[in-house]
Amino acid sequence: METHAALFEQGRKRLDALRQMPPRQQESLTDRMLELGITRRDFMKWSASITALLALPLPFSSLVAEAAELADRVPLVWLHMAECTGCSESLTRADTPDLDTLIFDHISLEYHETLMAAAGWQAEENLEHAMEKYHGNYLLAVEGAVPTKNGGTFLKVGAKGKTGLEVVKEAAEGAAAIISVGTCSSFGGVQAAAPNPTGAKGVHAVIDRTVINLGGCPPSEKNIVGTLMYFVMFGRLPALDMFNRPKWAYGARVHDNCERRGHFDSGEFVEEFSDDAAKDGYCLYKVGCKGPYTYNNCPTERFNAHVSWPVLAGHGCIGCSEPNFWDDMADFEKPLGRQLLHGIDASADAVGGVILGAAAVGIAAHAVASVFANSKED
Amino acid sequence: MNQRVVIDPITRIEGHLRIEVEVDEQNVIQKAWASSTLWRGIEVILKGRTPMDVGLLVQRICGVCTFSHYRCGTEAVENALGLEIPVNAKYLRSLMMSALHYHDHLVHFYHLHALDWVDVVSALSADPAKAAQIATRYTAEPIAAGEGDLRAVQKRVQGFVDKGRLGPFANAYWGNKTYRFTPEQNLIALSHYMKGLEIQRVAAEMMAIFGGKQPHPQSVVVGGMTSIRDLLSPARLQEWKTKHDVVRDFIKRAYHADILMAAEAFGDEASVLGGVNVHNFICTNEFYGADGKHLYHQGVIHDGDLSKVEDVNPDLVAEDVTHSWYRADKPQHPYEGTTIPQYTDYVERDTVYGKLPTLDNEGKYSWVKSPRYNGKPMEVGPLACLLVNYARGNEKVVDAIDSFLKETGLPLEALYTTLGRTAARMIETEILADECDKIFDALVTNLGSDDTLYVKPNIDPNKEYIGHSFIEAPRGMLSHWVRIKNGVVENYQAVVPTTWNAGPKDANGNIGPYEASLLGLKLEDPKKPLEVLRIIHSFDPCMACSVHMMDYKGQSLGEFRVGPSAA
Ligand code: SF4
Ligand code: SF4
Repeated sequence: METHAALFEQGRKRLDALRQMPPRQQESLTDRMLELGITRRDFMKWSASITALLALPLPFSSLVAEAAELADRVPLVWLHMAECTGCSESLTRADTPDLDTLIFDHISLEYHETLMAAAGWQAEENLEHAMEKYHGNYLLAVEGAVPTKNGGTFLKVGAKGKTGLEVVKEAAEGAAAIISVGTCSSFGGVQAAAPNPTGAKGVHAVIDRTVINLGGCPPSEKNIVGTLMYFVMFGRLPALDMFNRPKWAYGARVHDNCERRGHFDSGEFVEEFSDDAAKDGYCLYKVGCKGPYTYNNCPTERFNAHVSWPVLAGHGCIGCSEPNFWDDMADFEKPLGRQLLHGIDASADAVGGVILGAAAVGIAAHAVASVFANSKED
Repeated sequence: MNQRVVIDPITRIEGHLRIEVEVDEQNVIQKAWASSTLWRGIEVILKGRTPMDVGLLVQRICGVCTFSHYRCGTEAVENALGLEIPVNAKYLRSLMMSALHYHDHLVHFYHLHALDWVDVVSALSADPAKAAQIATRYTAEPIAAGEGDLRAVQKRVQGFVDKGRLGPFANAYWGNKTYRFTPEQNLIALSHYMKGLEIQRVAAEMMAIFGGKQPHPQSVVVGGMTSIRDLLSPARLQEWKTKHDVVRDFIKRAYHADILMAAEAFGDEASVLGGVNVHNFICTNEFYGADGKHLYHQGVIHDGDLSKVEDVNPDLVAEDVTHSWYRADKPQHPYEGTTIPQYTDYVERDTVYGKLPTLDNEGKYSWVKSPRYNGKPMEVGPLACLLVNYARGNEKVVDAIDSFLKETGLPLEALYTTLGRTAARMIETEILADECDKIFDALVTNLGSDDTLYVKPNIDPNKEYIGHSFIEAPRGMLSHWVRIKNGVVENYQAVVPTTWNAGPKDANGNIGPYEASLLGLKLEDPKKPLEVLRIIHSFDPCMACSVHMMDYKGQSLGEFRVGPSAA
């Protein structure tokens, strides 16, 4: 793993390179912000918060700010496959409104079926145009899984009647980097749950390239925005975990940062939704929380401008950023007990112990397991 | 000679929709076909799962109307188990449902539909001072429409244009003659497009307060709700109310005003005056209210006859798959249906864009089924809901519609149009915004004596259960149907708003609302079919919702592995 100093250097070089590229826009970001009533101070504050979000030291915030100013040089193509559009919806909830809107203006949204004005033939032209003009330089974001059974005919897109599979392969070919936004494009998601009638797969499984996986159903707006910013800053992929998820967002377990963790350690559990223990904010493990098996930053970043996250709303985590969670975490209102998941525990990269009963945990794992062994019977 | 026009992808909707039309020499549409081009098979995936997980899983049918399926699926299971949930849970679900309606309708009008009405390029030549004046014609207190606001918006968009970098606005049908706003009116609407981006976030946050997040909240469970801490926190309750006020303010000062503006400017545009050709309407009860009654009531209207409203009879719903990519002998009731995928490919033909693969309209051509009520196609959605309630004499609806007609000087018949469909969405939202405070107050009053939010369900593995639920989702009447056996889901079916509206022709040759809405429409330029978009968008299509019909009763999974050539 590289040091922060090396990373900083890399970021500098990347920005220098971006600066050399011909600007597509004469007016500076600063002017644009002034027009929109955003002060330099607001902007620097935003940069600092993005820096913190990316788990980088504060000096990096100057890089973030510069990167945002140069960001209009990175075209973004966003494809929709087999999905529910929840991930796009999440993107529009970005919580520093004016500024984030601005950032997306600057990222140059070349193709996005939910947001673009053009339709039909003209929409397809926009896609073809972007793939040609920015060949090798555009960011590709994919939302939704790729159906592969029956020759991929469970999804067709565009006047030319291509399958989703064909469209993804073509777009991936000229992309500078590929981001799978959401659990569907990352791991197949809900349509890939057993028995996966359409042969739905994650993008990485149908192309021969590294893909960044933003797990989450949907991922928070912060995880989407932050990942795009990382690419703009450093011109390459962020450090990834074993499922190719950015470590800055998915490096820690939900359980590790959970506000109810003290109650878990003290053995204080909600026994039934909205009971007296729930009123006191006790731990949700016994009503099915999968926080101990799930890597994501929900407890720290929350959703919708920090308004809430599922555990605050009294419902356990369902593990939505993990591969196959619809099957592996199923029966969401019951605890998994000590079950290991996809060898996460074996990963040297895993932050913190996953097995309940690690020394830090207040009650021993076997005690927890036996409590549930009993309660499961009745 | 007639010519074929292919429009795919229909953008600014949820999901994957293809529209094809045939125009005559005068460019008038003679035939139209709607096709959904994605199938995900959600219901087959539900088989064998615990009924407790149904809500969360069906929620992923759609991330736009994100709460609808979650709630409807959960309530279908509650209905099957005979569970009466606490009144606090009913109120809370009503509040979350209202947040969804605000969000969905605002995003639809301002970010999905608006660009069919608003010519962004024309807004650049507007005089902001004059525009600010004009804005006061439609409301005494315009929002984001002062001279300074408008000037800033104009400058910002001018920036895009000057640099040849329109981003999401690139290559659209700007300049099309059927855009009817003046430059000043375009600028006002464009400013509201920008402001609307901010307001929709607030509406989403309203749901997140009690739902944990939005999209895809996570606090609804079979038996009630889990967000007890938020419910019992005066700070959280006030947070909801404050955000509600912000959203309502925008509805009144922008949404309402902009619809009046559109009614005035598009008063003689054909694509706005037509667009409603199936005159059967159906809707269900929605928004459990303060008095234990619903804000909107269920009902069916036939042939546009407002003098008669029938009660909805769930037994009369059936689905036909003659032209859908499934195999079945006859129309089937949701409890008894089967769905066996049977994909047949496109056929190549000449189109206005040259040779292209096109829909096989003689055979099967869509993943959407064709639901029928007593054999008839039905339109669902806010227009259907308002018409049924108007016909029923629902006072709040009668007042709102009468006052809208008075404000615009339009006759009642004007509601049977694209404009009416678009206006209905706003009127429905506005009535709700006024009513929601009462639901909120009722909740607070009830909390004084009762703080139950959940009752534990009990499923007997030796018993069989059957249940359904009807709700009025933002796009119209939604129903979920479930069978439970051995403690797990044995059978699941959802009949969805967009399915009612977007379904293909049925065995008797009856066409559904989408296809019917386009007939007789004249296109300015068949290669740039803006008018088609305007009409289809007025339905607020949601394709992921419409396609997932799956009943696996008595079927082996092997039957789903049907090759494209399998007959
Ligand atoms: S990951 Fe979840 S929210 Fe995103 S498209 Fe898939 S089902 Fe929808
Ligand atoms: S089990 Fe869940 S609720 Fe309990 S501390 Fe861990 S993450 Fe939090």
